[in-house]
Amino acid sequence: MKKLINDPYKVVDEMLEGFVNAHPQYVKMVHPRGVIRANGPKEGKVGVVIGGGSGHKPAFIGYVGYGVADGVAVGNVFASPPPDPILAVTKAVNGGAGVLYSYGNYQGDIMNFDMAAEMAEMEGIPVETVLVTDDVASAPKDQVSRRRGIAGDFFVFKIAGAKAETMASLAEVKAAAEKANANTRTMGVALTSCTVPAAGKPIFTLAEDEMEIGLGVHGEPGVRRGKLEPADAVAEALVAHILEDMPVGSGEEVAVLVNGLGATPYMELYIMFRRVAQILKEKGIRIYRSYVGEYVTSLEMAGCSVTLMRLDDELKELLDFPADTPMFVQR
Amino acid sequence: MDVTLTGKDFISILNEIADAIEKNQDYLSELDSALGDGDHGVSMTIGWRAVKEKLPELAGKDIGTILKTVGMTLVSSVGAAMGPLYGTGFMRAGMAVDGKQEVTGSDLVKMFVAFREGVVARGKANVGDKTMVDTIHPAVEAFKTAMEGGEDVYSALDKAVAAGEAGMKSTINLVSKMGRSSRLGERTIGHQDPGATSSYIMLKTFADAVKRHRG
Repeated sequence: MKKLINDPYKVVDEMLEGFVNAHPQYVKMVHPRGVIRANGPKEGKVGVVIGGGSGHKPAFIGYVGYGVADGVAVGNVFASPPPDPILAVTKAVNGGAGVLYSYGNYQGDIMNFDMAAEMAEMEGIPVETVLVTDDVASAPKDQVSRRRGIAGDFFVFKIAGAKAETMASLAEVKAAAEKANANTRTMGVALTSCTVPAAGKPIFTLAEDEMEIGLGVHGEPGVRRGKLEPADAVAEALVAHILEDMPVGSGEEVAVLVNGLGATPYMELYIMFRRVAQILKEKGIRIYRSYVGEYVTSLEMAGCSVTLMRLDDELKELLDFPADTPMFVQR
Repeated sequence: MDVTLTGKDFISILNEIADAIEKNQDYLSELDSALGDGDHGVSMTIGWRAVKEKLPELAGKDIGTILKTVGMTLVSSVGAAMGPLYGTGFMRAGMAVDGKQEVTGSDLVKMFVAFREGVVARGKANVGDKTMVDTIHPAVEAFKTAMEGGEDVYSALDKAVAAGEAGMKSTINLVSKMGRSSRLGERTIGHQDPGATSSYIMLKTFADAVKRHRG
């Protein structure tokens, strides 16, 4: 795999150095692996801390800014950050109203964020956690708590961040994030693998004419491998999995995210979106807002995921809330 | 025949473990690719490189401090699941021999037991879940049983390594119940668990190094 890197063991540090130097108006570092908003914490506002392994840009550092996250703890490629940067970021974003942690449901992340939360509580900072569990493919419906967080991260972070900007309490921000997560489902398809720089070899291989449905954002094997199908058929399969898991009635409203995994051109993402929109229209489901692009990627993996978030008035209002971050702006 | 290990011995053994992990990096990542995200070898290497950097500062310290520092270094440098799991294991092992300049076979039993308790407390895995516990638990049991039965420390270590190896291999036919791989269910059968494997590599390296103290 060709990569524009120097030392594979320094990719995260060198990336961070570049990121912070590129966006000084947005972010500053408070730890070699911790980034917060350049203007620091806001008195009385709940701090929203997100994070996880590297390799998912824009997630997670790309979302540090107004309307989304206050701080991010940065891990190695596809590996949870340790407790130290999480704690450093927690202290730096605490505006006195407590801190919400939100991240994908992975055992490594849970252990490290929980250790940081315990240390923060000892220092008098209340911490609540909302795990993102949007990936339909990762566990059956009766075991939702075992599901991983993938592209749905974006919706949950967006809602939590917006709610926090309204100066809501920690309990209210947590409730909004939980509501977003409970109403968000994602199903993805991969066309190619990706290579963790220090590992040097692709995580898995797919034949030139194959696709894999339900693959994880770290290349974890999926639910079905088969011949590559046309975009319309793939879109139909993804939406069918989602709606089977989370029925959405005619007349209801959803937000749609068609997310590229890193190496899929926007052309293909819009072709996918086209069919997703058609299917929803056929079912009488109204699209309130759409997002098409790269929101949670897997290095240079090709493929995409479709995410639906079922909306009520509160979620619509929070979804409409503006955001201004290095890699996501909404007016 | 008992053994006496000093802080200096431990620093040398920990260096050997770091080298063994680095040597097996690709193998561990390969095992992880079949079950998870393929980064186990990378995470372990990052953690043990950090330990190796720290070891020279620990010269002259007691064994408890050395092991606790290794634990804290793993927690703060690795992240992933491995940092908290192995980190907690080493910290607990260090607490079990706090302040000691030398340890003997009976101290090793306390360290092994504490290490296991730390890993289990942090990860909440049981034997049979297809994790590092499948190596660690039987190895610790075998070591403890042999030592309590009056066997010498070297043959007890042999039994620990044999039980750990059997435990590691048992993961091939298990269905994963913990971590990322648990979402694959039956599809995890046929693949050896990378965490169980790295635990075995550490155990084997430790045992081989201690056995060189036999006169």
